Formats: sequence, C-alpha cells, structure tokens
Amino acid sequence: MNIDFSLITTEIALAILGLAIFTLGLIIPRSARKGLGNIALLGLIIVLGIAVYSWPNQGETLGGMYIVDHFSSFFKIVGLVAAILVVFGFRRYVAANVGNYLEYYSTIVFATLGMIVMISAGDFITLYLGLELMTISFIVLVAFRSFDVKSLEAGIKYLLLAGMSSAVLLYGLSLVYGATGTILFAEVAQSIIDGSGGLLLIIGLVMLIAGLGFKVSAAPFHMWSPDVYEGAPTSVTAFLATGSKAASFAILIRVFVGSLTGIQEHWVMLVAVLAALSMLIGNLIAIPQTNIKRMLAYSSVAQAGYIMVGIVAASQSGVKGVMFYSFIYVFATMGAFTVVAAVYNKIKSDEIADYAGLAQRAPLAATVLLVCMLSMAGIPLLAGFVGKFYLFMAIVDGYMWLVLLGLIMSMVSVYYYLRVVLVMFRDDPVDPTPLKMETSVTITLLIALGVTVFLGIYPGPLSEIANTAAQSFFTP
Amino acid sequence: MENVYELIAFILLGGMVLGSALLVVTLKNLVHSVLSLIVTFIAVAGIFLLLNADFLAAVQVLVYAGGVCIMVVFGVMLIQRSDIAESNPVNWRFGFAALLGGGIFILIGMFAARSQWMIAGTEVPKDTVGTFAPILLTDFVIPFEVAAILLTVALTGALLLVKEVKANGDRS
Repeated sequence: MNIDFSLITTEIALAILGLAIFTLGLIIPRSARKGLGNIALLGLIIVLGIAVYSWPNQGETLGGMYIVDHFSSFFKIVGLVAAILVVFGFRRYVAANVGNYLEYYSTIVFATLGMIVMISAGDFITLYLGLELMTISFIVLVAFRSFDVKSLEAGIKYLLLAGMSSAVLLYGLSLVYGATGTILFAEVAQSIIDGSGGLLLIIGLVMLIAGLGFKVSAAPFHMWSPDVYEGAPTSVTAFLATGSKAASFAILIRVFVGSLTGIQEHWVMLVAVLAALSMLIGNLIAIPQTNIKRMLAYSSVAQAGYIMVGIVAASQSGVKGVMFYSFIYVFATMGAFTVVAAVYNKIKSDEIADYAGLAQRAPLAATVLLVCMLSMAGIPLLAGFVGKFYLFMAIVDGYMWLVLLGLIMSMVSVYYYLRVVLVMFRDDPVDPTPLKMETSVTITLLIALGVTVFLGIYPGPLSEIANTAAQSFFTP
Repeated sequence: MENVYELIAFILLGGMVLGSALLVVTLKNLVHSVLSLIVTFIAVAGIFLLLNADFLAAVQVLVYAGGVCIMVVFGVMLIQRSDIAESNPVNWRFGFAALLGGGIFILIGMFAARSQWMIAGTEVPKDTVGTFAPILLTDFVIPFEVAAILLTVALTGALLLVKEVKANGDRS
C-alpha cells in the first residue's frame, strides 16, 4: 500500500503545527505562552500557503479513502482562512476572556485539522473520525470559559446534542453500508447505480440528513445553536459558525451529490424542505432577539438554509453556488463576530441596546458590522448578493417556490439587520468616549470589509475558481 | 444462521441485549443501571463472537464492559449528592419517548426485514487480529492517526475543564 504523501502535505503540516504548539507551550515559561497565538497565526498562514501551493495536486490515495480534488482544496482553504481570522482577530478577546493559550490554540489547530480531514474524506470512517475530531475540539472550546455558567451550560448542551447527532449519523452510515456493502463513497455510488439499496438505504439517508443537518444547524436540528453560540467564547462562536459549517457543507455535498446521486429523487425534496424551514425559522425567530450573538445564531440558521438551496440543485452550478457562498459567508460572519468580540472587550455586553451610538464611538466597527449584515441579507453590490444570486439561479427552474421563499425571507432579514444598524447609527451613546480598537482587530475588520465589498463588485475570479472546483467534483 | 444452535444463541443474546438495555433506562438506581449496562455490553460481545469477530468481542469486554463502566461508576459516586436510590428518575416525557422510540424501532425493523442486505463476498479470516493490524497502518492510516490526535485533544480538554478555577478566572 503506497501513500501519496504529496497529497496530504497540508494535513501533515497542520498536525505538526498543532503538536508543535502543544509541546512548545509546555517547554516555555508560563508568562511567555501569550506568544503562542503568534506562532499559531504564523503556522496557519504557512499551512494556508501550502494548501494554495498544492492546488494543482489532485488525486486519490489510500485506495480512494482520501480524495484530494479542487473541490476539497477549495473548502480546505476556506477552513484555513477561517482559522487564521479567528486566531488573528480575537487575540485581545482571548487574552482578556479566555486565557489558557496552550490548550486554546492547539485545540483550534486540531479542530481545523478535523475539518480538513473530513473535507477530503473518501469513505465513511475517515469522514466520521474527522467529524469527531472537529466536534470534540469544539466541545472543549465551547466550554472553555468553564468559570462562566453560560459557557459551561453551552458546553454540556453541545456535548449531549453532538453525541446524539453523531449516534444518528453513525447508525445512518451503518445502514448505508448494510445496503450497499461498501464504505467508499465512489463504490456506494456505483452500487446504487447497480440497483442495490431499497428501503434500508432510504432510512440510512434520512439519518444522514438528520446527523449532518445538526452540524450545519439546519432547522429543525438547530435547537442547540442559539444557546451554544451565546454561551461559547465569541471567538469560538465565530469559528463554529464559519469553519465547522463550511466543512459540514462540503461533506454534505460529498455524500449526497457525490455518492447518493442514484437515489436523488428521494432526498432532494427532503433537503428542499429543510432549506425552506431553516430560512423561515431562522429569519423569523431572529427578529425578537435582543442579544446580538443569539441574533447572529438565528441568522446563521437562515444562512444554512440558503446554502442548502445549492444542494437541492445537485448540479455543477449548485455546487459552485455553495462554494462561493461559503467563502464570502466566512468573511461576513467573521467580520460581524470580530466586532461583537471587540465591543464586548470594551463594554462587557452583548446586548443590542448597548450598541447605541457605536457609529460615533467606533466608526470602523459600526461600518463593518453594517456591511457584513447587509451582505448576509443580500443587498446588491455586496458579496452576499452575488452569492445568493448564484445559489438561487441554480434552482430557478423546478423549485420556484423555494426561490420566492428565499427572496421574501431575505427581505425579512433586512428588517432585523437594520434594527441593529439603527441602534448603532441613530441612537445617541450613553457614554460617548471613543472605543479604541487594537491593530489586529482593525486589520481583520478591514480584510472582512475589503473582501465583502470587492467580491460584490468583482466576483469574476472567485466565481471562476469555484466553477473549476465544482467541475472537478463532477468529472474527477 | 447456519444451524439451530446459532439461532438459539442469537435469540438468547439478542433478548439479553434488549432486556438489559431497557433496564438501564428504567431502573431507579444509577448503580444498578450501570450493572445492567455491563450485561448489555457483554451480550453485545457475544453477538460479535457469533459473527466470528473475536477481536472485536475481546475489545468490547475489555474496554466497554471493563473500562467504560468503571468510569461511569466513578462518575456516579463522585458527583452523587442525594439519595442514590432515586438517582435515575423518570420524567413525564418517558411515555412519549417510549412511543417514539418504539415506533422508530418497529419501522426500521420492518424496513430491514424487507430489504436486501449486501453480504460480504469473502469469508471471515481465521486470524482476525493478524489481518487487522497491518491495515490499520496502511489503508486506514489517516483515521488511525486522527483517532490518536482526537484522544490527545479529549485528554487535554478534560484536564483543562476540571482544573480548579481561581477567583480571577485563572486556571494555570
């Protein structure tokens, strides 16, 4: 058995980085551990460089158990970008509210490793172990502020529900294995074409949707997300909302569009209903929220609904839409949560009402929050509009009702996003002293702002890349 | 099932798994629940043996019936506060959950009985451990290494979360 090491350089580099942070943190004196953040940042940037550099490297290794194509490379880059922004933009927040640099940064890197392994998985076992590495790292991270009751509660909730969803997913995987006799995605697809399956496969399918629907927090499996998003440290919330979600969408596409295409007629409607429910519930329940993290949690449920639309299409344009949207979603969400964390550092509150007059106190933060939210709502000239355009274009014939629902719900979302904007720009601040942002926060905000605006005006290059990647998914 | 003895053994073991699993959730005393959990695990190991998966059966007994259950007992004993006899209470959702769980069980059972299972073409090798060990480090090397990292994360995470927290939030 030969292993093609050139295909798994990114993974090896990331594993080494995680272990290096861990060992280094044990060797250096406790007071110097703060510097681990910089090492993690530098290391992640190098790993991102490796991932980008090995873009032309394509192939399968370990007998199809590990798939490296443009599709997986694209999502790996998305995951790494999310990790870099988390490490860079939340340094001050971590120093003030989280601490324990050694465990924090190594767990962040290992969670990223889990995502990347999961994205490249070519069989159920690799998929499951990647998923578990990611999930268990996140359980630790969510409960990281264990001196805070809310964080602990969120951790326990996430632990119990993630455990249950993993059990459902595993049962589904075992039923699919029982029906097709193989754990390799490619062979499952072939076996279905050859006529295996039947009722058993359908039950397996439903369980897979339930298990993975939990990970992307699609309604009705979204119950955990508001509490967990609110209780977790904001940096972890941001990572959970971007990296974990993007990776789970990658694997949803890999399993459903990639290997269960043969029984498409059975799952397309189910996914369409989940997408519709997520849009409805996410957007409607976001309206009465008073805590900005909870509001962003419900809005991320709605975003999951939009992204699932691309899976309903199950075509190249649909997959391209998912990839494009995942990429811009990372920047918009990261921008919004960076503002939330930076503001929390100063005023120690996540309540929307306390954002009054933010435009006068911290103009850049308020502007970035405005742009990111408008992008998530899908206002033209911002990246979110282009992303939604690609997603909904893919299903315009066949699922017109879903397109209409998506458009109406986007309008609804403008309402609750603008409510925050009103508070920030119209209301007078209680305390007008300016909030001074750190350089790293400012740079992260500028990156999020720049990417969101740039891709809204000039989406061509990224769209081309996503298109090539989607093509490589269908014609390996 | 090749012969009638295997069938009888399967029915006995299956009944043991189901019965003791039911006891796990219905018994009022958590320690008793753990005890029947051990019975469940051992019966599952028996089913593995019936399927010629002897290594898996050994792991099931050593790790689950042995290690995991002892850990659960430790957990129960360490966080026990009030009366142990009422430590595994049943709430009002029990009936609903039983109905839902039973319904899904019957549904899946019916579907499973009706559908066509894919039978592995090759015979189970005599020496399962001997053939199992090499593929862990060849075909399944990535999941294997990931599992190792996963355990590291779980260990450090558990250590971190149970560390005593000082008043200023510092745990180091």
